[in-house]
Amino acid sequence: MADGTAAVLPSGMTAPGGSASLFDIGRHRYLLRLVVRKEMRVRYQGSLLGLAWTYVKPAVQFAVFYFVMGTFLGMSARISPFAVFLFSGMVIVNLFTEILTNSTRSVTGNAPLVRKIYLPRQLFPVSSVFVALAHFAPQVVILVLGALVSGWTPDVVGLLAGLAGTAIVVCLALGVGLITAAINVAFRDIENITDLIAMVAVWFSPVLYPWSFVRDAFVDYPALLNLYFANPLTVAVELFHRAFWAGAAQPLDRPDGVLTDLWTHAAIAGAVSVVVLLIGDFTFRRMSYKFAQEL
Amino acid sequence: MEPSVIVDGVVKRFRIRHVRSLKEIASRAIRGKSEERNEFTALHDISFEIPPGQIVGLIGFNGSGKSTLLKCISGVLTPDEGMVGLRGRVAGLIEVGAGFHPDLTGRENVYLNGAILGMSKEEIDAAFDSIVEFSEIPEFIDTEVKFYSSGMFLRLAFSVAVHTDPDIFLVDEILAVGDEPFQRKCLARIRELHDSGKTLLIVSHDLDMIAKLCERAILLEHGRIVVDGDASEVVARLRAQ
Repeated sequence: MADGTAAVLPSGMTAPGGSASLFDIGRHRYLLRLVVRKEMRVRYQGSLLGLAWTYVKPAVQFAVFYFVMGTFLGMSARISPFAVFLFSGMVIVNLFTEILTNSTRSVTGNAPLVRKIYLPRQLFPVSSVFVALAHFAPQVVILVLGALVSGWTPDVVGLLAGLAGTAIVVCLALGVGLITAAINVAFRDIENITDLIAMVAVWFSPVLYPWSFVRDAFVDYPALLNLYFANPLTVAVELFHRAFWAGAAQPLDRPDGVLTDLWTHAAIAGAVSVVVLLIGDFTFRRMSYKFAQEL
Repeated sequence: MEPSVIVDGVVKRFRIRHVRSLKEIASRAIRGKSEERNEFTALHDISFEIPPGQIVGLIGFNGSGKSTLLKCISGVLTPDEGMVGLRGRVAGLIEVGAGFHPDLTGRENVYLNGAILGMSKEEIDAAFDSIVEFSEIPEFIDTEVKFYSSGMFLRLAFSVAVHTDPDIFLVDEILAVGDEPFQRKCLARIRELHDSGKTLLIVSHDLDMIAKLCERAILLEHGRIVVDGDASEVVARLRAQ
């Protein structure tokens, strides 16, 4: 019953559908793999360049930022090697925006399925995480090659920083993505909002400039500075700078390019991302009851 | 015997929202009209039980709530009141080919749809040849589904569906597919499933088929159960209206 009384099923019986938690997706690994493969196949269907588009877009973005910020605005002189600095930040922010924008559209994009067959709906946002990771991996390879060319020496702490940054971004983006995906079912406005978030994310995290610029600008406003660093994305970008740029940087540039107290910030950012993910899972579960009839 | 499906006091309401944009909401607010909200009750207090192995037809005119009820049982929709209980695995063939993607090949779709209907990779591997054979379109299995004729599409989709191995089958108006030989084959397959002890709940407008195939039928009218009994009697009752 809706009031919660007498809704006891006889033993051995289960209620259909219901709201599986995000963590139940593990039981549907095979289906998840097929859905991810489907998304990858379908996305570049009928396009000549196909998967190559995932390289063209960041390459153009990188070239524009490199010349405008590095050369015209003189960032290359402050932070060297600027190419590695810029690209390491871009790679992780792109992972965030891709998970967010794809997962937002994932439930509405699979409307025919959601309307007709019961399967755990979390499957769709989660599949966009894997699709995004599949695009992220080759970018990391390019990043590593570029860093090596620039004289980068890998280290264990750097590796951990890279893993931590990736984990923070995946949790954060999926958490927000679950909420936006659920809202997007009723209000398609959300798609435009996530596009805006994606744009703001690039400019408001220290991708194009070192974090020390923000510190100097907000020297009289510690609250704003704290807010800036409370953003897990900022910390993830700094972790990536630590992972791929610090090992190639001039010792003098390093304090400018990598946040001080990085690991304290990383712990806070990790906790924030996990909380966001749990809230996202809860919200999505609550709202998924209505998906089939709203679509 | 313990029932394999219990539907107890299920009520399903739909809210029909007319206002969808901020501009419309604002203009209504200024003109002092409140948002129009229609509530429509698709199912009123539906209760029944199905013992295991029974084959039940669900009939009624368009809009009587048959498909909504089936969706509540399959879990796609959640009832607003009441509860649904199932014993064993359920496969809802709510619509043939719902899980098919036009840009994937027949083979890829068999795997995707099989997994959606709850099969494991091993189960699909084992059933694959039989699925293709049943569909009678082996030469097109590696062609993208968007190039299929509608008959081919339905054949493959139905073939996947009947090769899943659930305990409870929910079938919505899918027997009207394909040409006559294929339809006969589908019916034979449904009977086989019934003989092997599966519970089946079938929605159809094909009253002759329901009368022949089912032991029991439930007649729905405006979201209420009107009659529940022997299939041919219930069919006769609907015809009399």
